[in-house]
Order: sequence, then structure tokens, then C-alpha cells
Amino acid sequence: MVNLTIDGLNVSVPEGTTVMKAAAQVGIEIPHLCFLEDINEISACKVCVVEMQGKEETKSRTKLLTSCTSLVEEGMIIYTNSPRVRKVRRSNVELILSQHDCHCATCSRSGNCNLQKISNDLGILEVPFKEEVQKVPWDGNFPLIRDSRKCIKCMRCVQVCDKVQDMRVWDVQNTGSRTTVDVAGNKTIENSDCTLCGQCITHCPTGALRERYDIPKVFDALADTGKITVVQVAPAVRTAWGEELSLAPEDFTEGKMVAALKRMGFDYVFDTNFAADLTIMEEGNELLERLGNPGKYAWPMFTSCCPGWVSFVSKRYPKYLRNLSTAKSPQQMFGAMTKTYFAQKKGIDPHNICSISIMPCVSKKREASLSYMRSAGAGQDVDIVLTTRELVRMMRAEHINPKYLKEEAFDSPLGESTGAGVIFGVTGGVMEAALRTAYAVVEGHNCEPDAFKAVRDGNLSDPSGDNCVLGIKEAQGLLEGGKGGDGRTLGRREADFVLGGKTLHTCTVSGLGNAERLMQDIMAGKVHYDFVEVMACPGGCVGGGGQPIHDGCEFAGERGSKLYQLDQRRTLRHSHENPEVLKAYEEFLGKPLSHKAHELLHSKHVNELVFETHNYI
Amino acid sequence: MSRLTIATPNKAQLTVERLYKDLERRIIASPPGLCPVDLQLSFLRLCHAQTCGKCSPCRIGLGQLQNLLEDVLEGRGSLKTLDLIKETASSIMDSADCAIGYEAAHMVLAGMEGFKEDYKHHIEHGKCSCHITQPVPCVALCPAGVDIPGYIALVREERYEDAVKLIRKDNPFPTACALICEHPCEARCRRNMIDSSVNIRGLKRMAVDNARANTVPVPEKAESTGKRVAIVGGGPGGLSAAYYLELMGHHAVVFEEKGKLGGMLRYGIPNYRFPRERLQEDIDTILSTGVEVHLNTRIGNGEGEIPFGRLRREYDAVYVAIGAHTDKKIGIEGEDSHGVMSAVEMLRHIGDEEMPDFKDKTVVVVGGGNVAMDCTRSAIRLGAKKVGIAYRRRQGDMTALPEEVEGAIAEGAELYTLKAPYKIEADENGNVTALWVEPQIIGPIDSWGRARPIQADVPLQRIPCDIVVVAIGQGIETRDFEEAGLSVKRGTIAAMSDSEVEDVIGVFAGGDCVTGPATVIRAIASGKVAAANIDEFLGYHHVIACDVEIPPVSYEDKEPCGRIQLSEEEAGSRKKNFDAFECGMTKQEACQEAGRCLRCDKYGYGSLKGGRAAIW
Repeated sequence: MVNLTIDGLNVSVPEGTTVMKAAAQVGIEIPHLCFLEDINEISACKVCVVEMQGKEETKSRTKLLTSCTSLVEEGMIIYTNSPRVRKVRRSNVELILSQHDCHCATCSRSGNCNLQKISNDLGILEVPFKEEVQKVPWDGNFPLIRDSRKCIKCMRCVQVCDKVQDMRVWDVQNTGSRTTVDVAGNKTIENSDCTLCGQCITHCPTGALRERYDIPKVFDALADTGKITVVQVAPAVRTAWGEELSLAPEDFTEGKMVAALKRMGFDYVFDTNFAADLTIMEEGNELLERLGNPGKYAWPMFTSCCPGWVSFVSKRYPKYLRNLSTAKSPQQMFGAMTKTYFAQKKGIDPHNICSISIMPCVSKKREASLSYMRSAGAGQDVDIVLTTRELVRMMRAEHINPKYLKEEAFDSPLGESTGAGVIFGVTGGVMEAALRTAYAVVEGHNCEPDAFKAVRDGNLSDPSGDNCVLGIKEAQGLLEGGKGGDGRTLGRREADFVLGGKTLHTCTVSGLGNAERLMQDIMAGKVHYDFVEVMACPGGCVGGGGQPIHDGCEFAGERGSKLYQLDQRRTLRHSHENPEVLKAYEEFLGKPLSHKAHELLHSKHVNELVFETHNYI
Repeated sequence: MSRLTIATPNKAQLTVERLYKDLERRIIASPPGLCPVDLQLSFLRLCHAQTCGKCSPCRIGLGQLQNLLEDVLEGRGSLKTLDLIKETASSIMDSADCAIGYEAAHMVLAGMEGFKEDYKHHIEHGKCSCHITQPVPCVALCPAGVDIPGYIALVREERYEDAVKLIRKDNPFPTACALICEHPCEARCRRNMIDSSVNIRGLKRMAVDNARANTVPVPEKAESTGKRVAIVGGGPGGLSAAYYLELMGHHAVVFEEKGKLGGMLRYGIPNYRFPRERLQEDIDTILSTGVEVHLNTRIGNGEGEIPFGRLRREYDAVYVAIGAHTDKKIGIEGEDSHGVMSAVEMLRHIGDEEMPDFKDKTVVVVGGGNVAMDCTRSAIRLGAKKVGIAYRRRQGDMTALPEEVEGAIAEGAELYTLKAPYKIEADENGNVTALWVEPQIIGPIDSWGRARPIQADVPLQRIPCDIVVVAIGQGIETRDFEEAGLSVKRGTIAAMSDSEVEDVIGVFAGGDCVTGPATVIRAIASGKVAAANIDEFLGYHHVIACDVEIPPVSYEDKEPCGRIQLSEEEAGSRKKNFDAFECGMTKQEACQEAGRCLRCDKYGYGSLKGGRAAIW
């Protein structure tokens, strides 16, 4: 242990601890901007400076250190608020502000911005420097928006994209005083490898990165008396929407979310989980079909519900597109069913339906706009996609206080779901749900609902675990060639199950960096699987790029645990038992993989190859 | 009123003078990879500050050029902007009164020509094409990319064995480079911004002097692949490739024409600079990996030689690293006289310990490179009565390292500068009696920035001598390889940057035979590159790594501090023998010198993009 004093307090921490962490141990939170543990430790903003008292024996004078990267030394004496520190910290924040668009009132991150908070905490009411805000043009129709005026060049986006997602979309551009962040190489964002995972957005400390705002289109649809508004809500959204509103757990429920949407005026509030169950019916049966005719298909079979992952395959490994399940994602199945089955049932002209989805995801905005996502013949199957953050903003715009709302149930017929559909929002969930149904189809009876829990992420299913850095640590561990305590390679969970007398080798991965390494190993023949689930975001959709942002913290673990709790509480936990899904087959689709199901619920994914850059809704 | 006063600089002037010096050192330490257009704009600002303000092209024009460059850099420019920059700069060049103006404009025009593509890239893409690829200046400039801040930190902690291991990850000749590397790494050392570059080679020497390379075990080899790679040439390039190929599990078989390994390290560099037993330390280490060696074996079409085609048939890949071992002739009258020898010949004999008889002879060495200095200093040690160096240009124009030239002078060599060899005079028996030279004056500067000598308006001069050593460069024996189908361009084997020989599958080449005579570290780097690409060619992707943990940074102050220079034995005694005369650092010196390193691997861009390539 290393002993030091920080602001007069004695601290004892293990060797290799940073001054910032040591200070946190005694309750001193040193302000910082660029630092992101394990991802961005570059001491660039120089806001976290502290003063180290000089020492005779180390021949060092009193000097300033960046606490985020400086390691503790025995006998160190640190001041986090000396006059010199105060002056320098303030000056550096002022310098950053001189190149930052300080119109906080019109910023997407107003109220959730570390720069804003630090400036305000330091009482900076005026910046003594000339304003030098950089304005780089950006295609505002693209689902991901970079506002160069707000970028503070902390490099977090570059690092998250490199280290966690391994997509290397962002890079440092130019040299000298013109150094900035831009799309790597000579590409534009549209023709880059960007999968729209949105991890750069959720790790941006300011409003420099955000999703395209589609709220006005929703308000327009709500105002249009000729439109029937149908909204679906993805599973991961319900675990996170209340975070930004600082709601007590009892006000932060599925029922209150439904009530809020109804209060806003949506005609029908449905659950994407219904379509998740439908997806399982199709994808589970597809898996069995492929297993029955192994020579006919490419192996392993990949899940296809994550558009970030589908986009990754089409851009990096187009040869493997045929390995993807042809089943559409739940969002798209839902859209297709809304404008066909639901419309017929209600006798509505599908052209008059505005199909809206609320997703924890930015990539879903592009998925909905793809040209082959028009199976119902009434425009795009999903017209507008909002992120969880946009949903929260809408609630705030509509000044809805969930505290005073009464719980309401999802509407029928697309509102019923099972526990299997719920866990779609967390890494391993699709795999587990599919296996539950596949087992029942093959064995003729249901398995224990938790029979396949080996595919779950240990950090996620154990709510007591330290979830704050989930996904990031996981990816980082693998970068360093680390192995999990139980011998599993971190970032990849392998599990074998016996199904119909045959062993099924499965693998579950989240985060595109992990996916990249998985693809490398598959291509090198180092690993062989039958069924692989990939989610682009660390932890799955609960850690999605459209979820509420908490600077420096990962909430995927906490949110994932909530989904498992919801699954546990459901009486129906197998997709094939969802009565509304069964009814839809009976009344409309026939049976899984039927001609009609193929027409509406499957696609070939090949069109992803043609980058549809012109049509973002 | 005083009629005249003595000008004494005031405090402001003295400070500016000091800042000029600071700026000079800062320019030396300019990091590689900066945007040239941005730099051009900065230069222009300085030029503009120097203007006296009288003439409009300079006073206004240099300012307007800045505005136009700013437009280019800010993405507001078009191809028309470039035209306007060019026209304006030309006008300034044509009409400015003095060099402040026209030279500034000339710099702009030179830049527009020299980095035209960068200008265009800014116009077309609105951003710069430049990227800092290796953020640590010394590592960026080391051809082999050795982890310099890493081993300096290790030397500081007296972890010499670890330092050798770390160096060896990228360079299996730590001893050779500790003693004789030309240290390009030191050129842009960021420490120059404070005082002067770190003595990197000296610190490496500290490591290998305290942990002899042959006592530091080599890393574990990868499982044998059963592949065999033939390596033609047992010099630094060939042996480096052999070392890494063996570590990767391939079997390396070296064919060396001469009786001993080492190439130019043995047959080009004299013992007093690089003692043979120290060379042997590196060679023994490399051979300990299992490299197979065939000495006195020439690859070629002559009798008793192995034809190149056979190597291609019998091995999975071939690496050609034959170096540059033939001499070049001056082409003057009398060059075939007795007593005329080439540098290559002289140093080869010395390498084989067959010492030429120079006792009490008068020797003239022709040339101004490091090889000329080696010949000069060897001739002195062989007991020559007098040794002179005839060179066409001035002392400062010599391509030899300044310390080599000064060392030769200290040992008693005469410099005949601005003397171009004209003819060699011989007696009736054909023995050399004198070198006639044509005196030169230094003249116009060529496009490379070197002053060209031109004939002086004076008579020829006679320099009496018994021996003339011609040290004006080396050539490459390419004929046998050309006949075997390898393409030869301008006297060198045409290999690509990945060391593959065009159109000859499975054959790689590198080192002096590809680049022309160059430095040891470049040959080593070629061997490393070849090993990696041969590994890929054979269908593998072995990784070379080093598990040594690099010490963290310390919080010491970085006060300006002088650079430790290695001391040498006094000239009077060292010139009598071939013993090594350079002395290593003491621990006190090494610790202080290592402490001068600014750890660019941990600070600055290194902390963003990673200060080291831990594997390759």
C-alpha cells in the first residue's frame, strides 16, 4: 500500500492507483472532463490538475500534476484546491470555453453536461478570450449528428470507437492548432464504416455528438387528425427512461411509461416485446430448419435483430451476410404487422397509420429507412424512430410528471409479451429466448425457463455485481488477452446445449470490438459455433447508443438486471406461449416460416450492401 | 552630443537573441508528420515580422499570402486560391527589394511545388492528409522502430538486461548499434526544445556494456513450422532476418561468401570503432536461435558456387542481403598503379586480420565519407608516416560524421580540402609516387542544397605519396542475381517497400543491395521487415513481442541540463593500435542522461495514440 495525504487527509491505496482514484476514496471528487476510465486516459483537458508538494529526496519542486493519469507515490502531499490549482483549472476551462459554442440553452446536453457543470461550479460568468468556434458542415439528415461547435477535442469518441467498438470511424484530423476530430481518412460519415451504434454519443462529454431529432415529426403525426399513431416500445427503454427524470423506482415502471405515452396522445401503445416473441417463432424455427439441413446453409447462424451488427457484417464481412438469420428485427416485424394484420383487424387504411418506435438505439433510425423495410405496401413499415432520450425529452416537453400517472397496460392485439421477449434487450437474451422455444419444438415440452441461463453475462444477471463499467472493462480485458475467472474468454460467452440429441455450440458477444475478434477467430477456423448472438453495444440494447447518458458511468448492468427481473415475474416465459402471437399465426400468418411470414417478417439483408445514404426518413 | 556611440545590446535585444536560439532548437525538434501548409503559414508569419516595411510587395504581399494560406487551411480555398498564391508569390519574388521579401516568397513557391499534393488535399477535402503515425520522435526516426524511451527508462533503473531484451524485440544487434549506430533517433529528440538531444546511443551502450548481449537469453522460439528460408549474405540485414525467422519457428540458412559473419560490421568497420569480440556477442546471440550458417559459400554462377535457382527450388523463401561490397573507381589516369587500393579492399583485409603494410608510407585517402575516415584512421594505426585526405569540397561538406573527421584530424590526418583528384603519378616500376589534384573553389549551390566545387584558376598541385586509397563509394555485385531473373535498377536490386522482389515470387531482398550503401540500422530494419513479410508469405502471422515492463514516469523536474558526451582515449595513444577508444558512461552519467529523457511515450500524443508498438 502507498500512503499519501490529499488535502490534509491520510490516504492509503494500492500501488498503481491514480491520484484521482485515491482522492475519490476519501470523498474528494476532482473535477475532470476528458478522462474516461480505461478508455481515454490522455490527460488532455488539464482540468483535473492537483498540486504536488515538492520533495527534497526526489529533487522535485512543488508542481501541478494531472490527477487522472498520475500514479500515487509514497509520502506524496497533494492539494486539490491550492491557489495555483484554482487558477490553472479555471484558466483551462476558460480556454476550452473559448472554442466551445456556449449556447447552452439550445444544446441537447443542457443539464447533463460536465463542461456546463464545471464552468458553473467554478463561477465562470465570462470568458476573457476571443471566441473561436469551429464550424464544420454536416449532413443533418444522417441519424448521427456531429456539431463541431461543441466539440472540446477530448478524443473520447475516437477512443471508444477504436478501443471498444474497433470500428475506427473517428480520428484526429489535421495537426498543430487545427487539430480536431473528424471521420477517419478521406471519408464522410455516410460512406464510413459507422454502424450507428451510438457509443460515441453516449460517451461524449458535451453535445458535440447526438442523434438526429425526430420529435417534431412525431408531434406532427399526433396533431394530424387523419393519422392513427401506433407506437411500439423496445424492452431496454423501460429500464432506462426514468433515469434522466430522477424518478423513484415506483414511478419508473412499464405501466407508467405506457400511461405517459397515452397522455401524449398516441392512439395505440404497443410493446416491441410482442414482436420479439414473433421473432423467436421465426428465428427459432429457422435455426431448426437450418440445423435440419446443415449442408444447405452457411455456419454459424448469426442473429439479425441488431442493426448495428447487421451493418457491421455488411460493411466488414459481406461474405457472411448469408450467415445472418433472415428474420427481421423485432422493430421491423412490428412495423410490418402494424400496417397489415393490425390495420386489417381494425379496418384502418394502413396509409393512414403512422408507425413509430421508441428504441434504445440510433442504428434503428437507419434500419427503419432502408428501402426493403416496406413490406406492408404502405410506405416504410416504421415511419419514425425515437431514441429513449428523445422519449424523455418528449415527456418533458409535454410536462408530464409520472408521479401522478396511473399505471396502464399495453394495448391489444400487439401488446402481449412473454419473459422471453423482454430479455431481448440484454446481451444473451435473444439466444436464451430462441433456445427456450427451440427446445420446446424439438423436445415437445417446455424446458425450465432458466435452463439456458449459461448464455447470460455474469455481471448482468447478478444485480449485486459492480456494473458501473460493464462492457468497457469486458472489452478492455480481451484487448489485454485476459480471461474470465472461470476460464471463459472475456467478452465472449460460449455454451453448449444438447438439443434433440445433438450438441448445439453457441456463442454470445456484445460490443463490436468483441464481434471483430470473434469474426477473426471464426475465419481463422479457431472456433466453431452453430448459433451466434451479437449485439453491437456493450451489454446489449440496455447499453445502447440511444439510452440516457451518465458521464463516466455505464448503466447496462443495472438495466439488464431489471430485464431479468421482469422476465422472472412474467407468468409466460416462452415466446411460443404468447397468446397474441399464437392468434396472429392462426388468424393471419399461418405458421412460422410460411410464405406470408417470409414476405412480411424476413429479408435477405443483401440490400445493406448498397449504402442507402440518400434516404434517412 | 557624442559624435559616435558604442552599441551595446539592451536586455530586450539580448532576450530576443536567446529566443532565436530557442527557436532554432525548437525547429530541430519539430515532430515528424506535421501539416506542411500549416508550417508554411507559420514560417510566413515570421518572415513578415522581419519586413522593414518599405516595399509594398513584402509589407502587404506577405500578409495577403498569409490570408490566402489561411483560406486554404480553413477550407475556404479553391484551386483559384492556389493560382492566386502562386501569382502573388511570384510577383513578390520579382519585385521585392531585398532577401527578406523575395526569399519569403521563394519559400512559398518552393512549398507549393514540394507539397503540391497537400495543398490540393486541403482544397478538395477541407482537411489535411497528414497524420502523426508514430507519436514518439526518436522511435519514428529509428528505421527499426526500437522502443527508445522504454530502454532509456530501463537503463535509468539499472535494468540493463531488460533493456537489451527490449531493444532486441526490434533489433538483434544491440551491441553494434550501441557502438556504431549513426543514431538518426537523436536528430529530432524533443529534449532539443529544452537544451539538446538525449545521448541515446550512449545509453544503449550503457545497457550492452553492463549486460553483454551474449549473456542475455533470447526469447522462446515459436513451434517449428518446418519451413526453410535461405538467406544470402551474413551481414546485419541477413542475420537480423535470420534471427526473427528462427524466433517465428522457420529455419534460417545463411550463405556467406566470406570466411566470417558480420558483413560490413566486420569488413567495413575497423576494430577500434567496433571491437570484434563485441561483434561476436551479437552474432553468438543470433546464432543461439539455431541459424544454420555456410561460410565461404558464394551464390552465383561461377565454379563451386551455388546457383540462385537452386536456392529457390530448395527453400520456401529466399532473402537476398548481399550488401554493397564492390569498389568504385575514380576513373583517372594512373589508377591501376601499384599502391592504389580501394577502401573496400583495404578494410576487407583488415577484417580478415591480414594487415596491409603501411609502415612509414605516405598515404592519401580520396573521399569524404565515413569509410574514408575509417581508412585514414586505420592507415595511421598501421604505422603510416603521414596520412592525408583529399576531398573535392570543404570539411563541412564531408558526409562523414563530424566527430569522425575531427577524430582523424586529432590523430594527425591532414585534410586536403577543395582538391579534386586529377591523376596518379607512378614511377617506372608502376609504383605510386604522387596524387595530382586540381584545386577547386566552392561554387553555386545545387538543388539539393549542397555547394558544388568548381575548378580554381590555379595550377594543378602534386601531393607526394606511396599509397592512394580510393574511398568514394561502393557498388553492388548484382550480375549473378540479374541473370537469375531479379530486376536491377540503377545498380541496385529492385525490391518493394515490403522487401518483395517484383515478379519473383518467394524472393525478398533488402539492405545495402537494395538501397545502395546506407547505415547498419537501415540494414537491420530491412531484415526485420523481410522477416515479417516472409512469415506472412509462408502463411503465418507470428508475433514478436517482449514482456519487459516499462518503468512509469517520475515526477522529477525537467531542469535544463547538459548532454553527457562519451569520452575517448587521448589521440596520441589510441592512434598506435586498433583497440577501442570510446569509453562508456559511468552509472552517475547514465542516470543523469537517462533522466533527461522527456518520456514522449507517456506524454503528449504518445498518451493518446499509444507510445509504443508492443508487438509486430
